[in-house]
Amino acid sequence: MTTNTDAEISIQTADFSLADEVALLEQDNAIDGAVVTFTGRVRNQNEGKEVTSLTLEHYPGMTEKSLTKIINTAKERWRIGRVKVIHRVGELFIGEQIVFVGVTSKHRQDAFAANEFIMDYLKVQAPFWKKESTKQGNHWLDAKTSDENKAAKW
Amino acid sequence: MIKVVFFAALREQLNCSELSLNSDQLTTVADLKTALASKDENWQQVFANNALLSAVNHDMVHSEQAIKSGDEVAFFPPVTGG
Repeated sequence: MTTNTDAEISIQTADFSLADEVALLEQDNAIDGAVVTFTGRVRNQNEGKEVTSLTLEHYPGMTEKSLTKIINTAKERWRIGRVKVIHRVGELFIGEQIVFVGVTSKHRQDAFAANEFIMDYLKVQAPFWKKESTKQGNHWLDAKTSDENKAAKW
Repeated sequence: MIKVVFFAALREQLNCSELSLNSDQLTTVADLKTALASKDENWQQVFANNALLSAVNHDMVHSEQAIKSGDEVAFFPPVTGG
Protein backbone atom coordinates (compact mmCIF):
# COMPACT_ATOMS: atom_id res chain seq x y z
CA MET A 1 0.00 0.00 0.00
CA THR A 2 1.09 3.51 -0.69
CA THR A 3 0.44 6.39 1.65
CA ASN A 4 -1.34 9.73 1.10
CA THR A 5 -3.87 8.18 -1.30
CA ASP A 6 -6.63 10.32 0.20
CA ALA A 7 -5.00 13.36 -1.28
CA GLU A 8 -4.66 11.60 -4.63
CA ILE A 9 -8.38 11.05 -5.13
CA SER A 10 -11.25 13.50 -5.01
CA ILE A 11 -14.89 12.77 -5.77
CA GLN A 12 -16.67 16.11 -5.82
CA THR A 13 -19.61 18.05 -7.23
CA ALA A 14 -17.56 21.23 -7.58
CA ASP A 15 -15.57 22.09 -10.69
CA PHE A 16 -11.75 22.00 -10.63
CA SER A 17 -9.05 24.20 -12.09
CA LEU A 18 -6.60 22.55 -14.45
CA ALA A 19 -4.01 25.24 -13.68
CA ASP A 20 -4.35 24.72 -9.91
CA GLU A 21 -4.04 20.95 -10.26
CA VAL A 22 -0.92 21.23 -12.42
CA ALA A 23 0.56 23.69 -9.92
CA LEU A 24 -0.02 21.18 -7.08
CA LEU A 25 1.60 18.36 -9.08
CA GLU A 26 4.63 20.59 -9.73
CA GLN A 27 4.93 22.24 -6.31
CA ASP A 28 8.16 21.23 -4.49
CA ASN A 29 8.65 18.54 -7.10
CA ALA A 30 11.97 19.22 -8.78
CA ILE A 31 12.73 15.59 -9.64
CA ASP A 32 9.91 15.09 -12.13
CA GLY A 33 10.44 16.56 -15.58
CA ALA A 34 7.14 15.31 -17.01
CA VAL A 35 3.56 16.25 -16.16
CA VAL A 36 0.81 14.52 -18.16
CA THR A 37 -2.80 15.53 -17.64
CA PHE A 38 -6.08 14.32 -19.08
CA THR A 39 -9.39 16.16 -18.75
CA GLY A 40 -12.70 14.64 -19.81
CA ARG A 41 -15.60 16.97 -20.64
CA VAL A 42 -19.33 16.68 -21.43
CA ARG A 43 -19.85 16.43 -25.21
CA ASN A 44 -22.82 18.00 -26.96
CA GLN A 45 -23.60 14.84 -28.93
CA ASN A 46 -23.58 11.12 -28.22
CA GLU A 47 -24.62 8.35 -30.59
CA GLY A 48 -26.51 10.80 -32.79
CA LYS A 49 -28.45 12.42 -29.97
CA GLU A 50 -28.22 16.03 -28.88
CA VAL A 51 -27.11 15.93 -25.26
CA THR A 52 -28.21 18.64 -22.81
CA SER A 53 -26.57 17.31 -19.62
CA LEU A 54 -25.15 14.26 -17.84
CA THR A 55 -25.93 13.17 -14.31
CA LEU A 56 -23.18 11.18 -12.62
CA GLU A 57 -23.97 8.71 -9.84
CA HIS A 58 -21.34 6.83 -7.84
CA TYR A 59 -20.94 4.30 -5.05
CA PRO A 60 -19.32 6.22 -2.18
CA GLY A 61 -16.56 4.23 -0.52
CA MET A 62 -16.14 1.70 -3.30
CA THR A 63 -15.22 4.46 -5.74
CA GLU A 64 -12.28 5.56 -3.61
CA LYS A 65 -11.19 1.96 -2.95
CA SER A 66 -11.34 1.09 -6.64
CA LEU A 67 -9.37 4.19 -7.71
CA THR A 68 -6.77 3.57 -4.99
CA LYS A 69 -6.19 0.07 -6.40
CA ILE A 70 -5.86 1.40 -9.94
CA ILE A 71 -3.38 4.10 -8.85
CA ASN A 72 -1.34 1.59 -6.83
CA THR A 73 -1.17 -0.77 -9.81
CA ALA A 74 0.06 2.12 -11.97
CA LYS A 75 2.75 2.91 -9.37
CA GLU A 76 3.92 -0.70 -9.46
CA ARG A 77 4.09 -0.79 -13.26
CA TRP A 78 5.67 2.58 -14.03
CA ARG A 79 8.20 4.88 -12.39
CA ILE A 80 5.85 7.70 -11.59
CA GLY A 81 5.92 10.49 -9.03
CA ARG A 82 2.64 12.15 -8.14
CA VAL A 83 -0.87 11.16 -9.15
CA LYS A 84 -4.15 13.04 -8.89
CA VAL A 85 -7.57 11.77 -9.92
CA ILE A 86 -10.65 14.00 -9.69
CA HIS A 87 -14.10 12.79 -10.71
CA ARG A 88 -17.17 14.98 -10.50
CA VAL A 89 -20.66 13.71 -9.66
CA GLY A 90 -24.12 15.23 -9.96
CA GLU A 91 -25.54 17.05 -12.98
CA LEU A 92 -23.01 18.41 -15.47
CA PHE A 93 -23.77 20.47 -18.56
CA ILE A 94 -22.21 20.71 -22.03
CA GLY A 95 -18.54 21.61 -21.94
CA GLU A 96 -18.21 21.08 -18.18
CA GLN A 97 -15.25 19.10 -16.87
CA ILE A 98 -16.06 15.58 -15.64
CA VAL A 99 -12.76 13.92 -14.86
CA PHE A 100 -9.10 14.81 -14.35
CA VAL A 101 -6.09 12.50 -14.26
CA GLY A 102 -2.66 14.00 -13.65
CA VAL A 103 0.60 12.03 -13.41
CA THR A 104 4.18 13.18 -13.01
CA SER A 105 7.38 11.26 -13.72
CA LYS A 106 11.08 11.89 -14.34
CA HIS A 107 10.66 11.19 -18.06
CA ARG A 108 7.56 11.44 -20.20
CA GLN A 109 7.00 7.80 -21.20
CA ASP A 110 6.04 6.66 -17.70
CA ALA A 111 3.61 9.53 -17.12
CA PHE A 112 1.98 9.11 -20.54
CA ALA A 113 1.47 5.37 -20.09
CA ALA A 114 0.34 5.55 -16.45
CA ASN A 115 -2.15 8.33 -17.22
CA GLU A 116 -3.77 6.35 -20.03
CA PHE A 117 -3.78 3.18 -17.92
CA ILE A 118 -5.51 4.94 -15.00
CA MET A 119 -8.12 6.44 -17.32
CA ASP A 120 -8.76 3.14 -19.15
CA TYR A 121 -9.24 1.26 -15.86
CA LEU A 122 -11.33 4.00 -14.30
CA LYS A 123 -13.71 3.59 -17.25
CA VAL A 124 -14.33 -0.10 -16.62
CA GLN A 125 -13.78 -0.58 -12.88
CA ALA A 126 -14.64 2.54 -10.90
CA PRO A 127 -18.33 2.53 -9.90
CA PHE A 128 -19.66 5.62 -11.68
CA TRP A 129 -22.75 5.71 -13.89
CA LYS A 130 -23.86 8.34 -16.39
CA LYS A 131 -27.45 9.26 -17.07
CA GLU A 132 -27.78 11.27 -20.24
CA SER A 133 -30.41 13.98 -20.73
CA THR A 134 -31.26 14.69 -24.36
CA LYS A 135 -34.06 16.55 -26.07
CA GLN A 136 -35.62 13.10 -26.63
CA GLY A 137 -35.56 12.24 -22.90
CA ASN A 138 -33.30 10.75 -20.23
CA HIS A 139 -31.56 7.38 -20.22
CA TRP A 140 -28.72 5.53 -18.52
CA LEU A 141 -25.72 5.01 -20.79
CA ASP A 142 -24.68 1.47 -21.67
CA ALA A 143 -21.12 0.34 -21.09
CA LYS A 144 -19.06 0.11 -24.29
CA THR A 145 -17.26 -3.05 -25.40
CA SER A 146 -14.53 -0.80 -26.85
CA ASP A 147 -13.77 0.47 -23.32
CA GLU A 148 -13.45 -3.12 -22.06
CA ASN A 149 -11.09 -3.88 -24.92
CA LYS A 150 -8.91 -0.83 -24.22
CA ALA A 151 -8.50 -1.80 -20.55
CA ALA A 152 -7.81 -5.44 -21.46
CA LYS A 153 -4.87 -4.37 -23.69
CA TRP A 154 -2.81 -3.39 -20.62
CA MET B 1 -27.92 -9.47 8.50
CA ILE B 2 -26.54 -8.50 5.13
CA LYS B 3 -26.86 -4.96 3.81
CA VAL B 4 -27.67 -4.89 0.10
CA VAL B 5 -27.35 -1.74 -2.01
CA PHE B 6 -28.37 -1.02 -5.61
CA PHE B 7 -27.19 1.66 -8.02
CA ALA B 8 -28.08 3.52 -11.21
CA ALA B 9 -30.52 1.85 -13.64
CA LEU B 10 -30.84 -1.15 -11.32
CA ARG B 11 -31.87 1.07 -8.39
CA GLU B 12 -34.53 2.67 -10.57
CA GLN B 13 -35.84 -0.61 -11.99
CA LEU B 14 -36.21 -2.03 -8.49
CA ASN B 15 -37.35 1.25 -6.99
CA CYS B 16 -35.06 0.38 -4.09
CA SER B 17 -31.65 1.72 -3.09
CA GLU B 18 -30.99 -0.38 -0.01
CA LEU B 19 -32.35 -3.29 2.04
CA SER B 20 -31.28 -5.69 4.77
CA LEU B 21 -31.62 -9.44 4.61
CA ASN B 22 -31.25 -12.23 7.13
CA SER B 23 -28.09 -14.07 6.07
CA ASP B 24 -28.75 -17.45 7.72
CA GLN B 25 -29.52 -19.28 4.47
CA LEU B 26 -27.12 -17.32 2.29
CA THR B 27 -23.53 -18.42 1.77
CA THR B 28 -22.65 -16.83 -1.59
CA VAL B 29 -23.52 -13.82 -3.75
CA ALA B 30 -25.33 -16.26 -6.07
CA ASP B 31 -27.57 -17.38 -3.14
CA LEU B 32 -28.35 -13.76 -2.40
CA LYS B 33 -29.24 -13.11 -6.05
CA THR B 34 -31.61 -16.08 -6.05
CA ALA B 35 -33.25 -14.86 -2.84
CA LEU B 36 -33.73 -11.34 -4.26
CA ALA B 37 -35.02 -12.66 -7.59
CA SER B 38 -37.74 -14.60 -5.74
CA LYS B 39 -39.30 -11.40 -4.35
CA ASP B 40 -41.59 -10.86 -7.35
CA GLU B 41 -41.72 -10.85 -11.14
CA ASN B 42 -39.98 -7.50 -11.50
CA TRP B 43 -37.06 -8.52 -9.28
CA GLN B 44 -36.84 -11.84 -11.11
CA GLN B 45 -36.60 -10.08 -14.47
CA VAL B 46 -34.01 -7.59 -13.25
CA PHE B 47 -31.78 -10.29 -11.75
CA ALA B 48 -32.01 -12.43 -14.91
CA ASN B 49 -29.62 -9.89 -16.47
CA ASN B 50 -26.21 -11.58 -16.66
CA ALA B 51 -24.39 -8.29 -17.19
CA LEU B 52 -25.08 -7.14 -13.60
CA LEU B 53 -21.97 -6.65 -11.51
CA SER B 54 -21.63 -7.32 -7.81
CA ALA B 55 -19.33 -6.11 -5.05
CA VAL B 56 -18.79 -7.29 -1.49
CA ASN B 57 -17.44 -4.73 0.98
CA HIS B 58 -16.46 -2.43 -1.91
CA ASP B 59 -14.54 -5.04 -3.92
CA MET B 60 -15.83 -6.34 -7.26
CA VAL B 61 -16.54 -10.09 -6.95
CA HIS B 62 -17.92 -13.08 -8.86
CA SER B 63 -21.15 -14.85 -7.93
CA GLU B 64 -19.32 -17.65 -6.11
CA GLN B 65 -17.94 -15.14 -3.58
CA ALA B 66 -18.77 -16.17 0.00
CA ILE B 67 -20.78 -13.73 2.10
CA LYS B 68 -21.42 -13.48 5.81
CA SER B 69 -23.43 -11.46 8.27
CA GLY B 70 -22.26 -7.85 8.43
CA ASP B 71 -21.18 -7.71 4.79
CA GLU B 72 -22.30 -4.99 2.42
CA VAL B 73 -23.22 -6.43 -0.96
CA ALA B 74 -23.83 -4.16 -3.96
CA PHE B 75 -25.45 -4.88 -7.32
CA PHE B 76 -25.12 -2.52 -10.25
CA PRO B 77 -24.95 -2.30 -14.06
CA PRO B 78 -21.59 -2.16 -15.90
CA VAL B 79 -19.92 1.13 -15.01
CA THR B 80 -19.89 4.15 -17.34
CA GLY B 81 -17.78 6.84 -15.65
CA GLY B 82 -14.90 8.90 -16.99
